[in-house]
Amino acid sequence: MSNADVIVVGGGPAGVAAALELRRAGVPRVMLLDREPALGGATRHCSHSPFGMREFGRVYLGAAYGRRLTWEAARAGVDVRTGHSVVRLHPGGRLDIATPEGVGTLTASRILIATGARERPRASRLISGDRPIGVVTTGTLQAYVAFHGLMPFTRPLVIGSELVSLSAVLTCLGHGARPVAMAEAGPQPLAPAPFAWFPRLARVPFHLGTELVDIRGTGRVEAATLRHADGRREEIACDGVLLTGRFTPESALFLQSPLGVDPGSAGPAIDQDGRSLDPACFAAGNLLRAVETGGWAFREGRAVGRALARDLTGAPCEVTPIAVGFDDPIKLVVPSLIRATGREPALADFQLRVTRAVRGRLALEIDGREVWAERRTFLPERRILVPIPPAAFSAASIRFRLSEEG
Amino acid sequence: MMLPTIPSTLRDDYDLAIIGAGVVGCAVARRFALAGAKVVVIEKGSDILSGASKANSAILHTGFDAPPGSLELELVKAGRAEYLADRASLGLSVVETGALVCAWTDDEAGKLEQIAAQGRDNGIGGLALLTAEAARATLPGLSARLVAALEVTGEHIIDPWTAPLAYLTQAVALGARVLRGAELVAGRYEAGWQLSTSVGEVRAAAVVNAAGLYGDEVDRRLGFTPDFEIRPRKGQFVVLDKAAYAHVPRIVLPVPTEITKGVVVCPTAFGNVIIGPTAEEQIDRVRTTVEREALEALLARGAEIVPALAGIPVTAVYAGLRPATEKKHYRVSCRPEQRAITLGGIRSTGLSAALGLAQHALRLHASFGLPAHVLAEPPSVRLPNLTESEPRDWQQPGHGEIVCHCELVTKREIEAAFDSAVPPGDFGGLRRRTRAGMGRCQGFYCNARLAEMSRGRLAVPLAVEDREDA
Repeated sequence: MSNADVIVVGGGPAGVAAALELRRAGVPRVMLLDREPALGGATRHCSHSPFGMREFGRVYLGAAYGRRLTWEAARAGVDVRTGHSVVRLHPGGRLDIATPEGVGTLTASRILIATGARERPRASRLISGDRPIGVVTTGTLQAYVAFHGLMPFTRPLVIGSELVSLSAVLTCLGHGARPVAMAEAGPQPLAPAPFAWFPRLARVPFHLGTELVDIRGTGRVEAATLRHADGRREEIACDGVLLTGRFTPESALFLQSPLGVDPGSAGPAIDQDGRSLDPACFAAGNLLRAVETGGWAFREGRAVGRALARDLTGAPCEVTPIAVGFDDPIKLVVPSLIRATGREPALADFQLRVTRAVRGRLALEIDGREVWAERRTFLPERRILVPIPPAAFSAASIRFRLSEEG
Repeated sequence: MMLPTIPSTLRDDYDLAIIGAGVVGCAVARRFALAGAKVVVIEKGSDILSGASKANSAILHTGFDAPPGSLELELVKAGRAEYLADRASLGLSVVETGALVCAWTDDEAGKLEQIAAQGRDNGIGGLALLTAEAARATLPGLSARLVAALEVTGEHIIDPWTAPLAYLTQAVALGARVLRGAELVAGRYEAGWQLSTSVGEVRAAAVVNAAGLYGDEVDRRLGFTPDFEIRPRKGQFVVLDKAAYAHVPRIVLPVPTEITKGVVVCPTAFGNVIIGPTAEEQIDRVRTTVEREALEALLARGAEIVPALAGIPVTAVYAGLRPATEKKHYRVSCRPEQRAITLGGIRSTGLSAALGLAQHALRLHASFGLPAHVLAEPPSVRLPNLTESEPRDWQQPGHGEIVCHCELVTKREIEAAFDSAVPPGDFGGLRRRTRAGMGRCQGFYCNARLAEMSRGRLAVPLAVEDREDA
């Protein structure tokens, strides 16, 4: 006897939305596991960010959003288990878990993994220099503040210019830290205007085309070196380095399973319903591709939950998936698999990201024939949506091409 | 310079003062404490293993490639044998991976026979020349460009930090004293050693210099003319995600060339794979910077050796400094008139030879004619297991909660580290004693919690103190 019909792993917006949808669709036993003591996922860290407008019709700041998710899950009769870590994902709906009571195994007809994404740290970015105290990511900074009333620095150098980077600067300014400068390696800010004006409005010197090339410090950070667009090196005194953005999916469960991860997204490959290479295992949310908003993750979780509920009426889908082809400068395509299920898909669009700013023509080819194209400038870390055409579901080959122009 | 007022306990007469709490100093402390001696360890850093010992490849060597007839060979063999004999009682593990010395060119393949012969002459068994096919049968992930290999079944991997911690913990259980943040300023011998340190005066009948990167400087401060010169040589490493472990079940060693010892691809006892080291000479004895170009080169080389490693995420990077000298061999010296022993230039094989060096120091000390002691009954000291080859705390009920999810480190383990006989003095020390913060997220999730749990307990705090909120 299995432990549940569906086990959802991850109690952030995507996982909870999926669990609520499964219960709404009448699935009797829906279990949701989260390894933290409370639901909310990444939203728990963000004290000042607004969540919940579209899904609940009102705004919750940070931790309050998680409490609303908890209330919704309880009300819907989801079996919520916090403090439960999944340590291994096995094929066919089996999980190894760790809890304060010890270790165990859970089984279900279907698993849905929604473990989100995290920012890449200093080591993974191969930043040169010493490895002193005080080099942290936004998520860590926000955890210092939100959960412990502490700060990891007072005068940080901020690296990155995504939306989260601005949130990071706000967190600093609100808690006694004054960023000494902000640096973005690319030629343009990654966050869209008007958000990109924020550092200058906050009187934080902001440098484009500028890379962090060295960190110095024996105990704590003492200085960091920037290489500016003109090649000039500048050593900046600081007591911390705040590495922002450059999210990567929290996909270790897939990486350490036979399923592996998609090399483009670093998350699990899924089909149009959120089904991974293992048809008993689904995925949703920022685990699929880093990074979207909490609201987007919620809607995606709900859509995959709906498809999963329908999927439960039979055995796991046995249709062989077609892989979606793409090349650089396209970084990822989600879904990267298509299965001819004969059913309405959960995801209506392909989501794409590019590795760098490209002015060119993006085209979608089905069985070698172009069915869609758009010519414009495509920017990194921005949402690129291409509707999944019905022909994709009976195709033998699906390919995206982005040809650069001038 | 005025020295601070010394607490009276510092003025006890010790039988032995050991300068340096690296792996060698910790092993020496244990050996002498087990022999009934009253031992003090004088460590400059805020924690043990602050210097060369905190960054190595964690290999328990056989000595197959040590210079024939050398002291290094003798002590690596002795140290290894003692580790394997005593480890279970200390709670230490060993992962018997074996190693393959891999030849990637015909030239390199031509050298394997000679390496095997030297290994046999060194008294090492478990050596076998393998064809590329046979080698790949034991390690399928090796690149198809492999020409041939020499199998060395005795090369194993261990936890390189819990071992010295266990040695020192056993010494402390026998009454040894460990002074941290204590820099030896000067020493004078006059029917016994009068050592001036940055935390006060220490008197000891004999002294062992196990100061690693400062070996020559400590000899100088003891009033000797050092007979060696430390020339620090940096080695950078990358640590790959645990997903890499399945592809590298054995240590992959290079065939040394005239220029370089080459790059090792090696599993770790914690379930990762490391690639390294580089070799860069430098003057600085403290800074261990990493350079992006060097790290990228290591990753590229690793992917050449085991192609499946390409694209596996990097979890961590680190760099260590070898206390190399102007010569290749160990620089061990004994000055019986001053009852001083120097264990210098212990580079590359210090972890494997440490227990052997400790025995050697005891033998040298026996010639000093100092009073013998009653042998102590070894107190039971079992350090908690951090490796993946034995059960860990997260698998036991009642652990409270998991604090570091990437490495599955429990609240109970972290608290136990702070309550232990040799508690962490800095964040690196906390990480090495618990694995907390060592995983793929590098503290993204747990660093804030660790900051709270470690408040007031680390030399450099994670969180800023005395700040004002806006």
